[in-house]
Amino acid sequence: MSFVVPKESFGGKVLAVDFGKEGSKLTIGGETTLPFLAFEGEVPNRPVVAYEIQDCAPEDWPETVQSIYKDVSGDPVSWAKYCQETLGAKAIALRLVSTHPDRGDRSAEAAAQTIKDVLAAINIPLIILGSNHIEKDATVLVAAAEAASGYNCIIGKAQEGNYKTIVAAALAHNHKLIAMSELDINLAKQLNILITQMGFDKEKLITDPMCSALGYGLEYTYSVMERIRLAGLAQNDPTMQPPIVGDVGMYVWKVKETVASGNDVPEWGELEERSISWETVTATSMMLSGSNLLIMRHPRAVENVEKTIDELM
Amino acid sequence: MALTGVQIFKLLPKTNCKKCGFPTCLAFAMKLAQGGIELSACPDVSDEAKSALGEASAPPIRSFALGTGATAAKMGGENVMFRHEKKFVNPSAIAVNIKDNDANLAATAEAVAGSEIDRVGQKLRIDAISIECASGDSATYEAAAKTVAEKAPGAAIILNCRDAAVIEAAAKAIADRKPLLYAATDETAEAMAAIAKANGLPLVASAKGLDALSALTEKIKGLGVEDIVLESGAESAKEIIEHNTQIRRAALKKSFKPLGYPIINSVIRDDSILETSIASVAIAKYSSIVVISSVEKWKNLVLFSQRQNLYTDPQVPMQVEQKIYEIGEPDKKAPLMITTNFSLTYFIVSGEIENSKVPSRLAVMDCEGLSVLTAWAAGKFTAAKIANFVNESGMADMVEVKELILPGQVAILSGALEDKLEGWKITIGPREANAIPTFLKGRE
Ligand code: B12
Ligand code: SF4
Repeated sequence: MSFVVPKESFGGKVLAVDFGKEGSKLTIGGETTLPFLAFEGEVPNRPVVAYEIQDCAPEDWPETVQSIYKDVSGDPVSWAKYCQETLGAKAIALRLVSTHPDRGDRSAEAAAQTIKDVLAAINIPLIILGSNHIEKDATVLVAAAEAASGYNCIIGKAQEGNYKTIVAAALAHNHKLIAMSELDINLAKQLNILITQMGFDKEKLITDPMCSALGYGLEYTYSVMERIRLAGLAQNDPTMQPPIVGDVGMYVWKVKETVASGNDVPEWGELEERSISWETVTATSMMLSGSNLLIMRHPRAVENVEKTIDELM
Repeated sequence: MALTGVQIFKLLPKTNCKKCGFPTCLAFAMKLAQGGIELSACPDVSDEAKSALGEASAPPIRSFALGTGATAAKMGGENVMFRHEKKFVNPSAIAVNIKDNDANLAATAEAVAGSEIDRVGQKLRIDAISIECASGDSATYEAAAKTVAEKAPGAAIILNCRDAAVIEAAAKAIADRKPLLYAATDETAEAMAAIAKANGLPLVASAKGLDALSALTEKIKGLGVEDIVLESGAESAKEIIEHNTQIRRAALKKSFKPLGYPIINSVIRDDSILETSIASVAIAKYSSIVVISSVEKWKNLVLFSQRQNLYTDPQVPMQVEQKIYEIGEPDKKAPLMITTNFSLTYFIVSGEIENSKVPSRLAVMDCEGLSVLTAWAAGKFTAAKIANFVNESGMADMVEVKELILPGQVAILSGALEDKLEGWKITIGPREANAIPTFLKGRE
């Protein structure tokens, strides 16, 4: 019996989405097969890793990752520049944490100013994330979209409870948009339909099916992402074809495995390596199941994910 | 090629004796065609039928154990490409590689023997030790095999040596541990297969590319070795994914027997974190044995966790029994807490209560294996249902003061619960379990 390479060809394709200004644009997606199966289809673009920064000091980040940014994290502009210049970031994801009513309740105008300042200081693409407060994001992200007009940013996250104003703002100012739902393929599909019904191009959407950390629900995210990919490729369902984002860092850097010291839990080994590889393996798993864009925190985790991508492409 | 139900039926005794557990021979034949049961369930099949059916009714990916005894790792036997379709059944074995002349050989074997940790109620460990023949000397190699066998009595052993003249003595010496011979190439197939056959051992077939590999497994099988493991020459993460996907697809979708075996991948890299990342690629993408270079505790934990996540049954969350668990030796004054029966939740919370050293009771309520917030959002961990559980479980008799501590994430339930549970005081605990020790100590 002789071996014949069992290739599959799919009717659908993952949409390619670019972001950033002319000259420094990045493109994600565009593949015509499942992640990294270049023997049977096109895999034109590397997954992109963006460094997460915040508009306020990351007091709730564990020491291992907080300490890396201690000299710059008091100011989002310095922090962004540090990521671009010292760490060689390819993109930055700025989370407007301090606009959350429980985290400082900064105004939408103040957030808009922060966006302008950060955009003026960097020349790599920017992803703008709200504080994940449904009502507040509905105003903050509108102001942020306007402040970033002309920069072709990714704005997010639009959710079922607040997508209308955010979609309108992304449309008006020509940004890309993250649509987030909670670990359910049907909800993800539904939200993408609602958003495109407002006249928003599906070619400008990115799906966030909700991430989860290794050991804390990773398998759910993994399978939802795989199912989204298969629906987009094999069933050629256009609402399931946007690229996928994995918002890895915020889920990883709060679980006990990234916080507890080796003295407290001797059977888990050293905290430094443990926590960095926790973020690395969460991100790698997300790429294998379909993520095209990853948002991460620790430079050594980013470095190892980039090396993994080097091997995968 | 697989036979249809009707083709199989023709070969059965047709007595409808029901000994197989099916009402008729036809029903049994239909089930056999679908897979999931074995021909041996019918005690009366003729030898003739057995040989005709044996091939066709064999699972698409051959299944056998790596090692012996209770800690042997079952390999192969997979039925699907994606875990949401059914479930990945036999978790990838993790093997650490060590050279036969390494001064740390015994210490590494001991570290593997002591690598077991408990995670979410499962005992997880490094499954195997791969002994690499760096000395090129048969006596050194045999001695190393014996040392490992002695120091790591529960671990499976992989004899990583391509020279039949060198491997033979070691294979014989520890044959009772069923070591995996790693590996036969096209040139060494006869000699290696002879050793595997003489000692009843599984054998890795190693070739560059899937064409050559298919030819090699056919050859080895022809030499009488049935338990074969595949090594395709994949080195980069890309090759691992591509080869492993092609192998799994060929076996499952094309019933291509020459590749219907478990896969071994070596992922050794200079940087241990990168190695961990590449190992996670192999675990996710169909590898049955992943060979790594070191046994750091942090690395074990990461790989065990990823493997456990991907190999859980997607239809049934891991759950624990509904009951009131006693942690330490609680008296009637001990604190009483409540949570849901999702395994992960239970093990995290009970672990933190243990850490606090404050004897306590943890009431675990059946919420179909959902976490606290998921159960709440799904309407399974509501004030009314909790009140019911409290009343029916007789919790009130276990404590002197009727006080129930709620997970902080469902603080919102406390008002409604106080209304429904007369005489009970509802206290809101911390949101995250790692704050439980401070919280419990602060109450004393
Ligand atoms: C995995 C997951 C799922 C899985 C289920 C996993 C499971 N077996 O429970 C699936 C995909 C099935 C799922 C479904 C849903 N989910 Co869900 N899910 C999650 C996710 C990602 C992780 C949950 C988890 O495993 N946590 C880990 C466990 C250990 O946490 P825990 O049980 O809360 O325990 C911690 C604490 O509560 C505390 N603790 C626990 N017990 C006790 C006891 C005491 C006394 C104390 C002091 C502390 C304490 O200690 C633990 C560790 O700190 C979370 C989001 C997230 N990242 O947290 C959403 C989340 C819980 N889900 C959510 C929702 C809405 C749903 C759905 C309703 C959505 C839907 N669209 O269908 C469904 C409902 C399910 C159903 N059957 O109908 C929401 C809940 C929103 C809310 N605030 O109420 C969340 C928060 C997502 C979000 N951000 O919106 N989900
Ligand atoms: S045990 Fe064998 S003979 Fe009896 S009913 Fe089943 S298949 Fe038929």
